[in-house]
Amino acid sequence: MKKQMLLGDEALAQGAVDAGCSGVFAYPGTPSTEIMEYVQKCPEAIERNIHRTWASNEKTAVEAAVGMSYTGKRTMSCMKHVGLNVAADPFMNSAFVGANGGHIVTVADDPGMHSSQNEQDSRFYAKFAMIPCLEPSNQQECYDMAFHAYELSEKFHLPVMMRLETRLSHSRSGVERREMLPENELKLPEDRNQFMLLPAFARRKYKHLIAIQPELEAAAENSPFNWVEDGKDKSLGIIACGLAYNYVKEVTTRYKCDYPILKMSQYPLPVGMIKKFMDSCDYILVVEEGQPLVEEMLKGAIPRDNRIKGRLDGTFTRDGEMNPNKVAVALGKEKSTEIIIPDVVAGRPPALCVGCPHIDSYKALNEVLKSFVEDGQRHVFSDIGCYTLGFLPPYNAINTCLDMGASITMAKGASDAGLFPTIAVIGDSTFSHSGMTGLLDCIYDKTNLVIIILDNSTTGMTGGQDYTGFGKLEAICIGLGVEKEHIRVITPLSRHFEENVAIMKEEIEYNGVSVIIPRRECVQTMTRRMRSLKKQEAK
Amino acid sequence: MKQDIILAGVGGQGILTIAAIIGQAAIDNGLNMKQAEVHGMSQRGGDVQSHLRISDMDIHSDLIAEGDCDMILSVEPMEALRYKPYLSVEGWLITNKKPFINIPNYPDMEALENEIRSLPRQVLLDADQIAKDLGNVRAMNIVMLGAASKYLKIPYESFEVALEKVFGRKGAAVVEMNINALAAGKAFSEK
Repeated sequence: MKKQMLLGDEALAQGAVDAGCSGVFAYPGTPSTEIMEYVQKCPEAIERNIHRTWASNEKTAVEAAVGMSYTGKRTMSCMKHVGLNVAADPFMNSAFVGANGGHIVTVADDPGMHSSQNEQDSRFYAKFAMIPCLEPSNQQECYDMAFHAYELSEKFHLPVMMRLETRLSHSRSGVERREMLPENELKLPEDRNQFMLLPAFARRKYKHLIAIQPELEAAAENSPFNWVEDGKDKSLGIIACGLAYNYVKEVTTRYKCDYPILKMSQYPLPVGMIKKFMDSCDYILVVEEGQPLVEEMLKGAIPRDNRIKGRLDGTFTRDGEMNPNKVAVALGKEKSTEIIIPDVVAGRPPALCVGCPHIDSYKALNEVLKSFVEDGQRHVFSDIGCYTLGFLPPYNAINTCLDMGASITMAKGASDAGLFPTIAVIGDSTFSHSGMTGLLDCIYDKTNLVIIILDNSTTGMTGGQDYTGFGKLEAICIGLGVEKEHIRVITPLSRHFEENVAIMKEEIEYNGVSVIIPRRECVQTMTRRMRSLKKQEAK
Repeated sequence: MKQDIILAGVGGQGILTIAAIIGQAAIDNGLNMKQAEVHGMSQRGGDVQSHLRISDMDIHSDLIAEGDCDMILSVEPMEALRYKPYLSVEGWLITNKKPFINIPNYPDMEALENEIRSLPRQVLLDADQIAKDLGNVRAMNIVMLGAASKYLKIPYESFEVALEKVFGRKGAAVVEMNINALAAGKAFSEK
């Protein structure tokens, strides 16, 4: 079969579809977004009509995937690393109830924080939940591992984590496809207790999960994705995990280093394989993308083995992304050099687009706050999305960004402490993801605050995906108990500036919960929509 | 044969289209390729880059190491220089002359040009103007690809075929316009 050029995300998506997946559940998040986007356009997925619409958030996505697994069908939930925090509750418990149809939990980490608020290594979650974890090193493995993951998941009746990173998710290479498998038939759990976590059952399930760990380890020992490449120079052995394997091979090939390499792509840690490998080499270099999971496990709390090098002993930096240069330095082949960009080059940070509706909203907000607080004394709680860029000059409009939905709840806490005026700024998709429950808290306590839901009618930062609450914002707010007269929809345009400032002022002065919805379509999605309209007209 | 290329520009300028065409041409020639892109926050008017590697051998790393890059192909002059530390001693820097100014402290154009001209191997052209003369300024990225084609280790005809594959569904007129843009860029380099 001819090779297709696919991103790691796309290769995994195609792999899951070809392996008989009946439904994908996800919320957008860089670098995982392209998995669902690919499934939505994939001819085979459309032909089979597998589930492929966005979920409200990662928690609802994982729960829906567990439900699909309940019916015996193969399924996949996808998210970025911080999305797994949102989905942690169903994720952890899904290891207890297990899987009926195969369930892949795909998590795309973002080492180096290219587009994220933190750097966390999802392999720790897989270990925490005691489920198998697969860590592909290239696009072909992303594809092949989907088949392998479903086999593992159905063999051990457990969800399986697929861990990707930015450089794999967003890197393209040739991928060879296999023949498509049929979807599973609907087959409900034979054991009525399987998906029931009353404590009496949960205790038994935990014992079972512990009991099968040796089997999971044996599966990793025999995995087609874990192997040892022998080398003549046994002064050093390299344990190369997932994506880091590429950097190791790049450097060892170039400098003709003949060290043994253990390539690690399936967990739990195959201890027997590692022990044998370590016994055969003088020193061990652990190269892993993200946090030092393998290195910490090999060292233990009280290190007795001083032969292990990695992120913990300073051989590599403790944070940040791996790259070929770091590996070459660790192997003593290159000097560590600081990248020196010519002086004449200025920084070009991301910024709100020209014509972005958020700019007009922030201008009005900045103006109205002048009449309440002195310059520099203003505090606005905000959230995660394009509008987080409003922190930067020239807007300097917001003060916080913690996690999805935290604008409303942090503002509530500050209002409870007596801060006035208290403003929360959240995007429409973020509100739909995690803002609604926080708003309900405010209603319950009659909190004095103003919530500004910036409605650009899309999930902007990740490239313009639709979201579940679209077109329902007022109805949601009314339903949660916001008084109708304190839900104010405004148009963020410069010609409405004074009117918008006046409305914001009124709502700040109202002692209670106010919601202001500045509504104007994202300029990026509008341009795309216009272009596709034009194309249709041309036809 | 191997060629490591860094494509540079500002979000929205079309470097991923250049990557797709070179990548397609590489695959059609039976070469291996890996191409790392930038998605997400940086695409909002920030600097973007793509590491594109082609080779007749196995390619391991998705990233190009410092000092290893055979070509920087940039659609914006300041962005070209941002990746200078990656350029090998024998590497080519091929860049559009037309600045994309969306920051208040954009450097002096003369200083930028001097820095670019100080490199031993460079091609500097006003691809915006060339594309405009051809009737569509949006073909600027393909003009740049044309200018680079002389130094790429892939036959020129393969880029024409790849253009047809990538732009084919947009109609024959779009394909033809882009093939002309490619030729105009090539003509500049061969002058």
